[in-house]
This record gives sequence, C-alpha cells and structure tokens, in this order.
Amino acid sequence: MLELMPNTLGYPLLSLLIFIPIAGAIVLLAVRNAAAARWIALVVSLVEIGLCIPLLANFNSGTANMQFGESMSWISDWNINYRIGVDGISILFVALTTLLTTISIMVSWTAVQDRVREFMVAMLFLESAMIGVFAALDLFLFYIFWEAMLIPMYLLIGVWGGPNRLYAAVKFFLYTLVGSVLMLVAILAVYFTAGGTFDVLALMNYKFGHDFQLWAFAAFFAAFAVKVPMFPFHTWLPDAHVEAPTAGSIILAGILIKMGAYGFLRFSLPFFPDATIFFTPAIMILSVVAIIYGAYMAFAQTDFKKLIAYSSVSHMGFVTLGIFALNSQGLEGGLLQMINHGVSTGALFLAVGVIYERTHTRLLADYGGIAAKVPVYATFLMIITLSSIGLPGTNGFIGEFTIILGAFKHKVIYAVIASLGIILGAGYMLWLYQRVAFGKVTNPHNEHLSDMNLREVVAALPLVILVFAIGLYPNAAFQVMHASTEHLIQHMQAKAQTLPAVAQAVGALTGH
Amino acid sequence: MPNSLHDFFQQLGPMYPEFLVIAVALIALVADLVVPRGQKHLLGWLGLIGLAAAAALTLSLAADHAGNTQTAFFNGTFLFDPFSVFFKMVFYLSCSLGILLSMKYLSVEDIHRGEYYSLMLFATSGMMLMASAGDLITLYLGLELMALSIYILAGFMRGDGRSNEAGIKYLLLGAFSSGIMLYGMSLLYGLSGTTNLNGIMTFLQSADLTNPVIFLAMVMLIVSFGFKVAAVPFHMWVPDVYEGAPTSVTAFMSAGPKVAGFAVLLRVFVHALAPLQGHVSAILAVIAVLTMAVGNIMAISQTNIKRMLAYSSIAHAGYALVGLAAATANKAMMVDGSASVMLYVLIYTVMNMGAFGVVIMLRKSGSRGEEIADFAGLGKTNKAAAFLMLIFMFSLTGIPPLAGFMGKFYIFKSAVQAGMIWLAILGVLFSAISAYFYLRVIMVMWMYDPKQEFSLLRSPALALALAIAVTAVIVIGVAPSSVLEIARASVLGLM
Repeated sequence: MLELMPNTLGYPLLSLLIFIPIAGAIVLLAVRNAAAARWIALVVSLVEIGLCIPLLANFNSGTANMQFGESMSWISDWNINYRIGVDGISILFVALTTLLTTISIMVSWTAVQDRVREFMVAMLFLESAMIGVFAALDLFLFYIFWEAMLIPMYLLIGVWGGPNRLYAAVKFFLYTLVGSVLMLVAILAVYFTAGGTFDVLALMNYKFGHDFQLWAFAAFFAAFAVKVPMFPFHTWLPDAHVEAPTAGSIILAGILIKMGAYGFLRFSLPFFPDATIFFTPAIMILSVVAIIYGAYMAFAQTDFKKLIAYSSVSHMGFVTLGIFALNSQGLEGGLLQMINHGVSTGALFLAVGVIYERTHTRLLADYGGIAAKVPVYATFLMIITLSSIGLPGTNGFIGEFTIILGAFKHKVIYAVIASLGIILGAGYMLWLYQRVAFGKVTNPHNEHLSDMNLREVVAALPLVILVFAIGLYPNAAFQVMHASTEHLIQHMQAKAQTLPAVAQAVGALTGH
Repeated sequence: MPNSLHDFFQQLGPMYPEFLVIAVALIALVADLVVPRGQKHLLGWLGLIGLAAAAALTLSLAADHAGNTQTAFFNGTFLFDPFSVFFKMVFYLSCSLGILLSMKYLSVEDIHRGEYYSLMLFATSGMMLMASAGDLITLYLGLELMALSIYILAGFMRGDGRSNEAGIKYLLLGAFSSGIMLYGMSLLYGLSGTTNLNGIMTFLQSADLTNPVIFLAMVMLIVSFGFKVAAVPFHMWVPDVYEGAPTSVTAFMSAGPKVAGFAVLLRVFVHALAPLQGHVSAILAVIAVLTMAVGNIMAISQTNIKRMLAYSSIAHAGYALVGLAAATANKAMMVDGSASVMLYVLIYTVMNMGAFGVVIMLRKSGSRGEEIADFAGLGKTNKAAAFLMLIFMFSLTGIPPLAGFMGKFYIFKSAVQAGMIWLAILGVLFSAISAYFYLRVIMVMWMYDPKQEFSLLRSPALALALAIAVTAVIVIGVAPSSVLEIARASVLGLM
C-alpha cells in the first residue's frame, strides 16, 4: 500500500510550485507595462524551474510512495483535503511543465503584442493548474485543477489564436468539458461507494465491484480519452493546435494532452484493474488505429501545424498502446514516450512558431529551400525531426522501442502494426523536412529570412539537450519511474481478483 | 395590563426584523415626499441602512435562540429557526445588491422615483415572512406581499411598452398560480383540518396516502411553486418579463423571489409533506430535468442578454430542483439535499446578480446595451468590466475554482448520494451544454473587436455591488467550508 511521505524539506516545495505562478499572476494584474509583464512572468517561470532542482535532487527513486507530501483539511464536511505529493509517475511531468512554460513565455516575447499582461496572467494560471493536476492526491482537488485549466487555455486559444480561433476554442472547451463532467459523476460515485473519501491512495486500495468498475472506468475514460486524445475523440486537437498561439500549442501538445494518459496511470488502472483488463482489447485496437490513422492523416496535410497535430494523435496512440500493454516495458515506455513527445512536439511547435513569426504562413507550400538561408534553424528542425521519427540516439527511439517491446509481449500483432506506424512516421516527417528545408527557395519572401536569434536559441537549447540526454542515457529517466511503475503492476495483480482468470491474465502478461 | 403588553412585545421579538424592514419601507415612502428629484438615491441608502440593521437584528436574535432548533410563535404560524435566518440573510443580500444596482440605472432610465425602494423593501419583507412561515396562511400572505410588489416593479417603466407587458404578464400568470396554490392549500386544509405545516405533517403520517385528493393537492402546490421559481413547464412568463422589466428589477427578481420560492418548497415538501417523500421526489426529478433541458437549450439561441440570462435562470432553478429532488428522496437525504439547495441559491444569487450588474453597466443613454453583440470588444477597452463578466460567466457555467462549481458540485453530490445517478448525469451534461452560451458572452467580449466606443455606466454603488458579488464568487469558490457548514447547520430547523 502506498503512503504519503511527508515533506521533510522544511518548506512546502510542492505548494510553492503550485502557488507561486498564481501569486505572480496576481502581481501581474497590477502591472500596466507590457515589457514589465513579460519579465515578471519570465522570472516567475524561472523560479519554478529553480524549484524543480530540490524536487529532483531530493526525490528518492527507491520507493513507490508519494513524496514531498502535504496534507491538510480543506472542506471538512465533505472530507476533502488538500493532499499533494509526487511519485515516479508524476514528478517528471512537474519538471516538464515548468520547463515548457518558461519556453512558451520566451517564444511569446515578440510574437504576442496584444494584451501582453493578460496573456502572461493566463500562462501563469495555466502553469499552476497543470502542476496541481500532477501533484493532487485528492480526487476533488485533482478535478478542480483539471477543470480550472480550461479557463486559461480557452482564453489563450480564443484571444491570441489564429483566424479560426473562436471555433477551435469553443470546440476544445466543450469536448473536454463533456468528458470531464462525466468523470465528475463517476468521482462522486467512487466517493460514496468507497465510504466517503476522495483520498487517491485510499481509493487505490478499495476493491470496487466488477460492474461498478466497468461503468466508472467508462466515465473516467470519457475524460481521459478526450484529453489524450484517442481516436475517435481527437477531432478537437487539430483545430485547437492549429489555431492556438505558439505558446498554447507547446503547452497543449507538451503537457495538456499528457494529462489524459497520466489520468489512466494514476486513477483508471489502480482503481479499476478488472475494468482495465476488460477494456484493454478495445483500447489497444483504438491505439493502433490512432497510430495508423494519425500518420495517414499527417501525410495529407499542407499546414505545418496541422501535420504536427496529426502526428501527435499518432504518437499518443503509442503512449496508450504502451500503457494498456499492462507490463513494465509498456508502462515505462509509455511514460517515457509522454515525456519525449512533450519535448519533441513542444520543440516542433516552437520551430513552427519561430518561422511563422517571420513569414506569417504555416503552409508547407510557402517554404522550401530555407536550409540555405537559416542554417541554425534548419539544424534545430533536423534534430527535432529525427527525434520525432525515433532515430537511435535520440529520445524518441528509446520510447518507441520500449513500447513496441511491451506491445510485443502483450500481443504480437499490435507490435507489428505499431512498427508500421513508425515507418509511416519517418515518411511524413522526412517529407515534411524536405518540403521545408531542402531544394531551391521557391518563395521569394523567404530570400531574406533571418535565422534564429539568441532568445530563440536559448529557448530551444534545453529541448535539444533533452533529446540527446534521454536518447543516450535513458536510465536516468527510467530509474525515476521504475519503482512506481513496478508497484502499479504489482498493485493491479494483487487487486484484480473479482475474476480469477483476470489475475492470471495480468500475471501472464507480466511474468514472461 | 402592562404585563400582558410586555408579553405581547416579547412575543413579537422574533418578528422585529420584518417590522423593521416594513417600517423603513414606510419611512421611505413618506420621505419620498420631501426628498427632491435627483436625490432619490438617498432613499436607496436609507433602505440599505435598514437592511443592514435588520441583518444585525436577525443575527442577534439568532444568537439569542442559539441551541433551539426551532421556536414557534403565534400558534405556530411564525417560525424562528436557523433555516429562516439563513434565507433572510440571502434576502437582505439580494435586496441590498438590487438597491445598489438600481441607483444610477434608474436615473439613466429616468424612472428614479422613491416608491421603487419601498417596493423592494416590501417585497423583501414578504420573502422574509415566507421563509418564516409555519402555516399555509402566513406563507400565502408573505408570497402575495412579495409578488404584488414585484408586479409593480416589473412594470415600473410606465412609458415603455415592454415593461408594461412584463408587468401585466407577470400579474396575470402570477394570479393564476396563486389561485392554483390556494386551491391546493384548501384541499390540504379540507383533508387535515389545519393549515399549520406541522399539523399537516402529523396528519399525513397517519393518513391513507393512496387518497387521490392528497396527490391532487400535492401536484397543485408543485405547479404553483413551480411558477414562482420558474420551473418548466411553468416558465413561459420568464423570458418576456425578464426582458421587459427594468434591468435592475430583473436582477432582483431573478434572485430574491426565486430564492424565496425555494425556501417555501423546502419548508413544504421536505418538512410538511415529508410522508409523501418518494412521490414528491419523482415528480420534482422530472420537472428538474425538463427545467434544465429547456433553460439550457433555449438559452443557446438568444441574442438578447437579458433573455439569455432569463433562460439561464430557468436552468439554474433546474439544478436547484435536482437538489430538492434529492432532499425529498428519503429521510437520510433531508440534511444534505436541503443544504445543497440552500448553498446553491446563495451562490446563484451573487453570481447572477453580478452578471446583471455588468449588463447594467452597459446601459447608457442612447443605447440599451442589451444585445450580446453590444459586448463586442469590451475586453479590449474596459478590461475590469469584461474581467468581472468573465468570472461571473465561468461561475455560472460551473467551472472551478469559482463558487458556481461548488454549488453544482453539492447538488450533484446529493443526487448521487440519493441514488439518482441518472439525474446527476443529465445535470452535468446540461451544465456542459450551458458552457456554450456563457462562453459566447466571453468570446464576444474578449475575442471580437470593438464596434463602438464604450461609455459605461459607473457609480460607486454599482462598483460596490460588483465588488461584493465577485468577492463572494471567488471566496466561496476557493474556501466553501464555512458557508457550507452554515448551510448544513441551518437545515436543522426543517427537521
């Protein structure tokens, strides 16, 4: 049974991580000057990154328990507590969130000129809510952060987005809201069934009845599948990605859509192991469909951002494939691939943002041959493209390889189809790169393109470093998550017992 | 007989707040004769002081009676209990906000007349009586006092056809519903031989519940109260009346009388008709679903913000009815179900009146500012107003961490607890639908370019009202604990 290990640092590290951005946002409300707003937001986001240093340094990867725990009563009549903590599953997302938020603020430095202060306020609120989602260990608290995220994201897309932003913003909001409210009812049902608690760790140990699990899993699935997004709930994603400002796309692709998969790992699997096993075949099929469909759609796109959006659908298919393979390789691969995708797709959207700011077009046909004009940019795009394809030596390779290993153990056919997805992925990404960077400059506007400036290079550099760091030494990441994923598997094995055959099935999956 | 006179006044004690409000209303009426035109807002401040004094008095009485769950006066026709105290505080709040919203607005509309404030105070005293009613007669008296005042308020813009229409429509339909209510009440009286709510409960406990007349009476009460809280299918008057009435009256009307309606619904259905629990719950659940469906779906196509908020207020009555259906489901649910309704109407009052406050800001001479399109670009030019509206809209949608979410959460929590998961699912889905039209207002404000110069209506009173509303929405959203405890403790008077 997992425990919440109290924070021993002497200062509430996780609470600081959650609330410093909100405090910064409130300070920003009093600031009138756009330049000052940018700097304050940047400083706040850098402080957040700074706080990740003690977080990672003091993290004990030898235990699956929740660390840096804080707990206090919030709404006592409903037995709701402010309980937060991180384990190997969530800690990397907290770190990734702080990094991508900083990068987003940096790439918006000149790109956002309209209502700068409000933009930064939205970014900081979003950061708070995202960290809250990953740290929350009370279902109600989790839901608060999960829903609160919608407000700033809706505004980011709707106010600072592209021409079709209104449609995209509303679609994003409604899709995610419908999924979320169904989860809310399930949360309430879980609360009453388990005797009136929202405590995630306590709920993990509660054995829900088989039928209850099925429909509760379905309701949670509604929220998480929309967020991931899994085929066929993905249609909001291309619209939202395309219309969002660069910062919004980076956050959306880097963090937000990971929350669906995170939700599966944190709640669905440990709460409802029987239902998980019941639904696994269907989810595995949806995952491979997403892999192939996303890749197929990516081939057809003429818009830079839309292509990446569909590639995200495909890549997130890998993630769910890994998670629902229900063995340690699959889980760890899925988890690592979530980080990888956050890094590489975040970087891809950054790349789009950089070039869009100069050319004001996202159509691939308007590019071509820019490698000669902007060598630094072309190199950056090359590295990220290769990471996205999964070239050995980059992070993408490790993630996809481990997932396919896990899928292979689960059922060979899934691994075969998923491998096909990798080939397709290489196809559309290389073709993308070729259309953008190689050949002759076809568009006269691109003759005088300026290369990435220092600010953009500084923003991009951490992502490039991560691409190679994870690619060459993945054990650092695996070590952090290993204890937690192992525990999750064992936990499911121990708990899945309403059907004896089910326990054996998990055993068989993990045993050899 | 000094002693008995003393006793008499002693007995009147718990009614002092009512007397105070009525006295202030009468003083305002007289003072109106000497207050010059253009200074009528002084009467508004007089009313506010009166309400503050009444609130203080109510609280001190509550402190005196602390420990007693319920004290009955005048042969049980007037009750003083935490339940009525809670509702009276909500009425003071809604009336105060209503007065604050009105002051400048009435001048712009050129209808700044003194009796306006008196009528609001009379209406409030009627609501107070409703919340304290322990007898069908007192209940009816309070209800008519409230309704008659509001009929006049709705038609307060004498020169305006829409306002006239609103007043007449509200009067006619209100009269019908009062008639139906009286019929239902007389049936209950005929059966039980008493108009006392406790007496009716005692009668029902031993009565043959298969008697169709009991059901007829119950249905008639549901129908007539349904009119008051604007539940579907008794909601037809709402959009026209809300649109036609002066906006400040609409703001008041959307909160106060509706809240009073729920006070009575709780008192009658959770307490007096407790033996009919399951049956009441089934009917209320169906009405709740219809109300949420019609309110939310019809709101989508509205272009006038007052009509949109009218349908939205219908929808919110639907959510509160979900709580009421949970409260009447079984004995175990009485506390949490009722408390969820009480918390909800409180939250609804602040967020809805706040939204109307922003609508009033857009009213200036020469333009009504009532079309949703009139909000275009507000977020570019008047960020503070647009930001307030954004908070109220997200709160009405029920997005955390705002109060609207906490209210809805408690409602749906009660529904799930009462075993009505289907009702909770429908509720959250309709609530998701509602996001569409609330978001549209935000979208128009923040994502459209301004079509016109805004010259907003500004006044310290309006600013104060909005500040109170937005603070309540945020504080209850982030720290609902204390309000929740008060609501739960206040239910005890009902038991």
